[in-house]
Amino acid sequence: MTAIAPDPTVPAADPDSEQWTAKLRNRFFGTLPPEKLLPDRQPSYVTSWIYVFGVLTIAALVVIVASGIVLAFEGPQWYHVSGVGHFVNSLHLWSVELFFFFMVVHLWGKFWMAAWRGRRAMTWISGAIAFLASIGTAFTGYLVQTNFDSQWISAEARDGLNSVGIGAWFNVLNVGQMLLAHVAALPLIVGIIVVWHVLLVRHRGVVPPFGAEHLETADVEEARS
Amino acid sequence: MSTGLLIGDLNQPGHYLQWGPVSISTANFIVILLMIAVFVLALVLPFPGGKDDR
Repeated sequence: MTAIAPDPTVPAADPDSEQWTAKLRNRFFGTLPPEKLLPDRQPSYVTSWIYVFGVLTIAALVVIVASGIVLAFEGPQWYHVSGVGHFVNSLHLWSVELFFFFMVVHLWGKFWMAAWRGRRAMTWISGAIAFLASIGTAFTGYLVQTNFDSQWISAEARDGLNSVGIGAWFNVLNVGQMLLAHVAALPLIVGIIVVWHVLLVRHRGVVPPFGAEHLETADVEEARS
Repeated sequence: MSTGLLIGDLNQPGHYLQWGPVSISTANFIVILLMIAVFVLALVLPFPGGKDDR
């Protein structure tokens, strides 16, 4: 009688499966196995320009965060006065403009595709929340430019926010509060929502156009075979 | 024509378009038109490599 060696490609039964770490790990990798998390194949309908605007939005977000970190470390005396400071300041502004430009085209593409089909409701909802959180982050950015423009915008916005009853705890005239919201709290919130959104896209797959639902798995399986 | 006239003089009050109760700055209106144009182009332009390049 010969002993059968355990197959190294098959994970052994987890003796610690009652531990929360094991449960979390099993749940995460059960929902998002590596081939879903970092896929090397996509259905053929993804070869369309309308499918590039999500990743363009993320690319713009990366530039926003990188230039924002430089601005935060160097400070207003630098970005209002020096040539390089002006450049990085402009880079931050224009990457925000492109971020919203790409996100709106992405939103339109997904709306007219009814991208919530195929159990993708939470993907759609997380994208909508990311959009709203991004608006708040951009708004606080305009408030902390530390120039007359930001003074004007905050004075105008104060009345609007007071009229809807949130001016007491979201005080746009409080530059310290707005600065911390812009450089710490809101980017963290946007970042978490975007990661959540991308993981949901990986989990459910990229939504097919109307009439191409049958290609959703067929193309990938054909490419793998 | 100077560059200032081409891109708009930023030291002047902005230009606004008005249709009855609807008011929008020309700059925002142009951005919306550009987004619509890019959206339509993304739908109609062929993607490099086509459907066989997966």
